[in-house]
Amino acid sequence: MATTGIDTPGRAQVGVKTLRQDAWWIQPALVVLGLTAFVAYGIWRVFWGSHTYYSAPYISIFYSPCIASSCVPGADEFAFIGSWWAWTPALLVAWIPLGFRLTCYYYRKAYFRSYWLSPPACAVAEPRKNYTGERRFPLILNNSHRWFFYLGLLLALILTYDAVLAFRDPQGQWGHMGLGTVLLIINAFCLWAYTLSCHSCRNTIAGRLNHFSKHPVRYRMWTIVSRWNRHHPKWAWISLATIVIADYYVYLLASGHLTDPRFF
Amino acid sequence: MAYTAHFKVWRGDGSGGALQDFDVEVNEGEVVLDIIHRLQATQTPDLAVRWNCKAGKCGSCSAEINGRPRLMCMTRMSTFTEEQTIAVTPMRTFPVIRDLVTDVSYNYEKARMVPSFAPPADLAPGDYRMAQVDVERSQEFRKCIECFLCQDVCHVIRDHEPNKESYSGPRFLIRLAELDMHPLDTVDRRDVAVEDHGLGFCNITKCCTEVCPEGIKITDNGIIPLKERVVDKRYDPVFSVGSLFRKGQKRSAPPT
Amino acid sequence: MVGLAAKPYERTTTVVTAELERHTYDVVVIGAGGAGLRAAIEARSQGKRTAIVCKSLFGKAHTVMAEGGIAASMGNVNEHDNWQVHFRDTMRGGKFMNSWRMAELHAKEAPQRVWELETYGALFDRTPEGKISQRNFGGHEYPRLAHVGDRTGLELIRTLQQKIVSLQQEDFRASGDYESHIKVFAECTMTRLLKDKSGAMAGAFGYWRETGRFVVFEAPAVILATGGIGKSFKVTSNSWEYTGDGHALAMLAGGTTINMEFIQFHPTGMVWPPSVKGILVTESVRGDGGVLRNSEGKRFMFDYIPAVFKDQYAKSEDEADRWYTDPEHNKRPPELLPRDEVARSINSEVKAGRGSPHGGVFLDVSTRLPAEVIRKKLPSMYHQFMELADVDITAAPMEVGPTCHYVMGGVEVDPDTAAAVVPGLFAIGEVSGGMHGSNRLGGNSLGDLLVFGRRAGLGAADYIDKLGGAHPKVVDQIIDAAAAEALAPFREEGGENPYTLHMELQQTMNDLVGIIRTESEMTEALGRLEALKVRAANITVEGHRQFNPGWHLALDLRNMLIVSECVARAALLRQESRGGHTRDDFPQMSAEWRKVNLVCRVDENGVSIARQPLVPMRPDLLDLFEVDELEKYLTEDELPGGGH
Repeated sequence: MATTGIDTPGRAQVGVKTLRQDAWWIQPALVVLGLTAFVAYGIWRVFWGSHTYYSAPYISIFYSPCIASSCVPGADEFAFIGSWWAWTPALLVAWIPLGFRLTCYYYRKAYFRSYWLSPPACAVAEPRKNYTGERRFPLILNNSHRWFFYLGLLLALILTYDAVLAFRDPQGQWGHMGLGTVLLIINAFCLWAYTLSCHSCRNTIAGRLNHFSKHPVRYRMWTIVSRWNRHHPKWAWISLATIVIADYYVYLLASGHLTDPRFF
Repeated sequence: MAYTAHFKVWRGDGSGGALQDFDVEVNEGEVVLDIIHRLQATQTPDLAVRWNCKAGKCGSCSAEINGRPRLMCMTRMSTFTEEQTIAVTPMRTFPVIRDLVTDVSYNYEKARMVPSFAPPADLAPGDYRMAQVDVERSQEFRKCIECFLCQDVCHVIRDHEPNKESYSGPRFLIRLAELDMHPLDTVDRRDVAVEDHGLGFCNITKCCTEVCPEGIKITDNGIIPLKERVVDKRYDPVFSVGSLFRKGQKRSAPPT
Repeated sequence: MVGLAAKPYERTTTVVTAELERHTYDVVVIGAGGAGLRAAIEARSQGKRTAIVCKSLFGKAHTVMAEGGIAASMGNVNEHDNWQVHFRDTMRGGKFMNSWRMAELHAKEAPQRVWELETYGALFDRTPEGKISQRNFGGHEYPRLAHVGDRTGLELIRTLQQKIVSLQQEDFRASGDYESHIKVFAECTMTRLLKDKSGAMAGAFGYWRETGRFVVFEAPAVILATGGIGKSFKVTSNSWEYTGDGHALAMLAGGTTINMEFIQFHPTGMVWPPSVKGILVTESVRGDGGVLRNSEGKRFMFDYIPAVFKDQYAKSEDEADRWYTDPEHNKRPPELLPRDEVARSINSEVKAGRGSPHGGVFLDVSTRLPAEVIRKKLPSMYHQFMELADVDITAAPMEVGPTCHYVMGGVEVDPDTAAAVVPGLFAIGEVSGGMHGSNRLGGNSLGDLLVFGRRAGLGAADYIDKLGGAHPKVVDQIIDAAAAEALAPFREEGGENPYTLHMELQQTMNDLVGIIRTESEMTEALGRLEALKVRAANITVEGHRQFNPGWHLALDLRNMLIVSECVARAALLRQESRGGHTRDDFPQMSAEWRKVNLVCRVDENGVSIARQPLVPMRPDLLDLFEVDELEKYLTEDELPGGGH
């Protein structure tokens, strides 16, 4: 049978899809496990978490900024969307981090390899007959990463603000701190690390320039971003974990399973 | 230190072939290419293999060793156990000529489609001034030894022969990136990258970077920055409107 | 299997010339290294239709192995540099055996050739002012080598390759055909040059490696750019292509070679593990601060500064170390003596029992430079040792020893046009002789490729113009003879194995005509070569003609044997030690022998050597040297003023 894949006539007919002897399937399998678990967790929190996303002074990242008037008191600082919004307020903001990560150059590698099996691992033949890449709808939308990066910056600012607000006690008095404060700070830091190590950030800072020598400050920043950029995949996973940890902590407080240990 | 290793070497040509078994002596410090040469000298004098420098500098002895695209001269036998069977096949993305030798003319055709370096017309030889920091990014890509392992591993063409027509592969995407980042080049190759070289085919699964024997960060430093530069022009209205008012714009590439 | 592969060679046929693949060009360049590509660019720029024929793929030539840089007196790092200084260094390096005219042209034109590369897109390392950076190298008085890390040769070949592509793009825009004016015939080996009845060059004959089919190029001008002969030696930095093809082709066509006894053994090749023995360790390691030590930890090079150089090199480690930062007021370290001196010194240390565990000496950069700087300045050396020898050069010394690197000798040419004695034949780069005298300075090879590559392109164009359209015609019988010769290895069964013969040849040359030579050993070598020639006539190749490396080696062996015999005969004749020719039985340099070139020829009686006087240096060039330096090299009556 004529084929257009690895056994295309004229190429060396080896007869197997790959001769790799190592456990090449472990990595994609782990990615599937990790990402699927996160997505499941996220769906649960977005659709079934509308009563457990705020426990003063902490707000869950899935709901921040809470911009609908239906937001619970204390979490509704940015509310500007009227009561006509009937669904969970998480939907109003969750698309931003979702879009940012879906279009991220690292996550693209991760999901194209693990879910699409395109390819499942290097030099392991992919099962599909056709491949058109990111040239058509919807995958051409991956070019919008830039825009999600801009929005991601905004979100990181807001989450930093949330972490600052966490230096209050449940009554709104400043100068206090609990375990939740620490978790929100760590989470905000990891999100900054993920956001600023992004490839779009690298391009925006100075990557698009051809004369670094004429922009010494931007070049200096570029070298820093480039250094962090090498660890972008790491930050992608770490920040995913800190999101879950910080959010689950808020859930535990809001649902009354736990009381926040206060340091001062 | 010497031992006998078990090899399976693919032999045949475009009309067919198979893995053939060989038992062959291995000595300390040897690489896979040494073993292939020993096979030629002692067991199968007409075993076809392409090689030149045997020092990882020319990029001739590309093949697949236990399914992984590698330079035979840079794959040490000490990375395998003495019991392990070592399978050597030609690169599986290109048509095979004979045994381990493939027809890599695809790459030379794509190379011809890259608009060449175009310095400013009024700049005399000897007057070129470029800062080291400005040439370093392009220098990284010029480390390329054209072994074509990145092309071999790229699933866009490895698993989809018809894509060869509209996609040039990682080697030539970094060539485009190299020229686009050249501090004295005057041509804008971003549209060419998308339209003639199929930049959008790449889904950045990074196998090219994994196999590069020169350690070039093909994806992170070449293809992604090129994609971002294309976004600057095509998908970022704020930036592209802004750039209309900026000086020193490159002109579009001439047809090649 | 189908096609040619299915049919073993039919033993009775001769080639029907009418069925041959034939191509007609103005210029055929054999070899696609730096010299060949530069020549092709020039020939095409002169409007000549040009074919480039090469044994390997386009862009894989041996030039990629060059590491250090291109010597050109641009004066970017030290403004005192100029062509006169470069000329002096070249002549000193070659122990005044050089063709002074070639050395002069090279020194004068190298800067332009380097700058030209930038217009083709080359990206050299830069000085703080943005000019091309230049580094120190053995035998060069000032930092002079334009470089890109330690992969300058790769940059050179890629730049020229891409320039050719850009010319093809121009041709495509003009004619609709990329290959209308310049075409690369890759993996195609030439086995004979073809002449017309008058003895003028008419083309070349060879075979496609891929299919084994024969091909004839008809062209009035043939430029040889085939590189060197290192594969006749066991320990060599050269690739498989370096089988002396051009040297042999030229001599078989009536051309001559000179200086074949001068072979450069690069002082620093890898010595361990055995499979990489001979692979080059760039001289930049020493230029950037690396030092040589013996097993006692001593920097032994201070004991080996020869009299002719004693005023130019440091006498103490302190002074030598100061030189790296203050070259104005200190003399350079003796590690940077010309290559022949360093190679001999290492050889002596090892023989005296002060070598490293694997029979070399230590080259240490780890205690001299920070790890970061080493990785930056010597990336491919770092990589090479890490990958192939498991040695981290930022933490431990390298083990190095001499390796056969370059043949100074080559086809005798006219300095200005690179024309050989056969009309229409040109030779450039390593296959040409004269430029480097008895010893080549590091960095002078890449400049040589560019300067004389361009000159040969011009020379060939000029030669064709003078022919005025009357192109020489190939004689068909010669083609038949060439085809029969190429197929001979298939004829016999049960004959000699080409791989075995090759190994024996390499062992012979390495042991008996190597870095240190004596009359008795070379006489023995000639005897063995004679026997090998007889056995080579009886080689048998298995399999068929399609990409058959055994067959290719069998054909290359003819060239290696011819060239090896030239080397051995010339070396036996020259009774002195000079540059790349060291005689244990004649350890001194002789001013009388300096006046003599040994010219090698091949005719029906085989290889022969003749003496030929060296052309005396032009007085204005002679004036560039101090008389007391000239006295070390020249006879009294050659000195300015006729001696006094």
